Amino acid sequence: MHKGIVVPLDMSNVDTDAIIPKQFLKSVERVGFGQFLFDAWRYLDQGEPGMDCTKRPLNPKFVLNQERYSRATILLARENFGCGSSREHAPWALAEYGFRAILAPSFADIFYNNSFKNGLLPITLEGKIIDTLFNEVEALTGYSMDIDLVKQVITIPSGTNIEFNIDPSRRLVLMEGLDEIGMTLRHRKKIQAYEQLRQREVPWLFRERVVNDR
Amino acid sequence: MAGKTLYDKLWESHVVHENEDGTCLIYIDRHLLHEVTSPQAFSGLRMASKDVWRSTANLAVADHNVPTTDNEQATDTFSELQIRTLDQNCDDFGITKFGQDDPRQGIVHVIGPEQGATLPGMTVVCGDSHTSTHGAFGALAFGIGTSEVEHVLATQCLVQKKMKNMLVQVNGRLSENVTAKDLILYIIGQIGTSGGTGHAVEFGGEAIRTLSMEGRMTICNMAIEGGARAGLIAVDDRTFEYIKGRPFSPSGEMWDMGARNWVNLRSDEDAKFDTVFQSEAVDVEPQVTWGTSPEMVVPVGGKVPDPDKEEKPTKRSSMKRALVYMGLEPGTPISEIAPDKVFIGSCTNSRIEDLTEAARILKGRSVASSIKQAIVVPGSGLVKQEAEAKGLDKIFKEAGFEWRNSGCSMCLAMNSDRLEPQERCASTSNRNFEGRQGHLGRTHLVSPAMAAAAAVTGRFVDVRSLNSN
Repeated sequence: MHKGIVVPLDMSNVDTDAIIPKQFLKSVERVGFGQFLFDAWRYLDQGEPGMDCTKRPLNPKFVLNQERYSRATILLARENFGCGSSREHAPWALAEYGFRAILAPSFADIFYNNSFKNGLLPITLEGKIIDTLFNEVEALTGYSMDIDLVKQVITIPSGTNIEFNIDPSRRLVLMEGLDEIGMTLRHRKKIQAYEQLRQREVPWLFRERVVNDR
Repeated sequence: MAGKTLYDKLWESHVVHENEDGTCLIYIDRHLLHEVTSPQAFSGLRMASKDVWRSTANLAVADHNVPTTDNEQATDTFSELQIRTLDQNCDDFGITKFGQDDPRQGIVHVIGPEQGATLPGMTVVCGDSHTSTHGAFGALAFGIGTSEVEHVLATQCLVQKKMKNMLVQVNGRLSENVTAKDLILYIIGQIGTSGGTGHAVEFGGEAIRTLSMEGRMTICNMAIEGGARAGLIAVDDRTFEYIKGRPFSPSGEMWDMGARNWVNLRSDEDAKFDTVFQSEAVDVEPQVTWGTSPEMVVPVGGKVPDPDKEEKPTKRSSMKRALVYMGLEPGTPISEIAPDKVFIGSCTNSRIEDLTEAARILKGRSVASSIKQAIVVPGSGLVKQEAEAKGLDKIFKEAGFEWRNSGCSMCLAMNSDRLEPQERCASTSNRNFEGRQGHLGRTHLVSPAMAAAAAVTGRFVDVRSLNSN
């Protein structure tokens, strides 16, 4: 269950280069991306890794910088959110900034998949519902909603419930923060059995590595 | 019962375990790694004291950050650390890696096929969305995030939900001087950047069958730009010809065994697709993107479109925003747009045929004086060697191009090859997103021949109006 303020990002095809520009990918860490979220839109100067973002000039026109949305944890977005590169830095940045859920008519596949691994819930809703939400959010300062992942229901200020659908296994990972690698390794014997069969069928994939074979 | 698609066959042959909700554990045959999306995955392994499941299934190379000139060490300390971290991780976990001084180094999606590390029937993954490239070999290949990179390293498997099947059928043959790049840009313009979302897209029809393997790689490479995580093309004689004799390819008896196996890697006649898009190759002209999404594309003879004529409000506002960003007015003929820089390279268009195609236009011509910089970045050290053996480097250099070392370079500008604010680029890469080639840089995606034509004329002209010298 999550209750949070909603911020509208009224653009379709928001790509992962926009969510976290490439220069910030030069990191070997999993943290430190939140301050650079939507960097080219959020700040007026050109962002570089290692910058102190508290001293950078903010773009007052960008929706995330508006006071009424400053504590938002739910992002309302348009079609094909998260298209482009596979960088998991995009959900890392969104989650670190404080987002817990994103609502959109559609998501790019890789981004959608990556989100669940990082405590970020992508919810797909019909275009008409998204349109209505954009109107409502913009009309009411402090617009917030309740998201119930167990019941798969969103409750908006009017009291209306909006249902959504998430694959059971994905829901479980998100709710319980499961160790997916550990879960897969419970099938260790099956993987080994498959591998033995595969080795008989396509032995060339199992040769010793090719070294210095120039 | 309906027949199976190529995707169905590849999927079924890799299922290790099926969960109750229909998600499956699928086996990964080949895992490609690069410096940008792997460090956190290796850290995860270390933190959990886990080992790599099967180190020989992995192949690593640094490509995103690497400098493309001889006199640069690394672009910056951050990049240097990433490259060093990849080296260290590969050493520690026993993973084959092509280092910076190895002629086999190059863009991960160029070197996989080049080495025969990508073969038909495989599952191929990499922490990079352009992994779809490898689908050109009748392999199931898709990009993954860093958590999944760690998952593959630790288990050789991934938890996946089966995608839907889509067929993009291109009837007839492409006209002369119309290339695979023009075709895929045209297709994306038609289906949109989310047209293939949720699908594995198989490309078929005469136009695809008559493409070279390199052309097919260009097509599958940009499947992701049409929303499809995986692009696929059926195996045929051209596939066999390409892979035969490559270092990781089987030979002798194993080749025969492989060949028997691979001929079935195509969709059955009666296979059923969830979505079908039909198109005619004859309709495809050289393409140029005008906006900030690959779907914002028109034929070179066209004009920058007018957002006010677009009915859908969200699309209209995207178009308006893109025009402001690109510094363009509606109705401007594409042929009047003047680039400042020209970039020939990227996992889309940096192979030998791409360089040959560009060189054919450049031969005996010079880069226009209005062009500030024109660079060509071969996809790998071996592509570079081959191009030099054919004398292509001389043609490029004589025309006024800089002849660089391999890497991702200005496709995503993680090294020092980039656009300055408001600079306009004729680029053979795959993404024209805001800031992709540099902060406030403006990208126009084109084929290598069109990029060469733009370089010599200073405008986006129809390459068909220039004669080959």
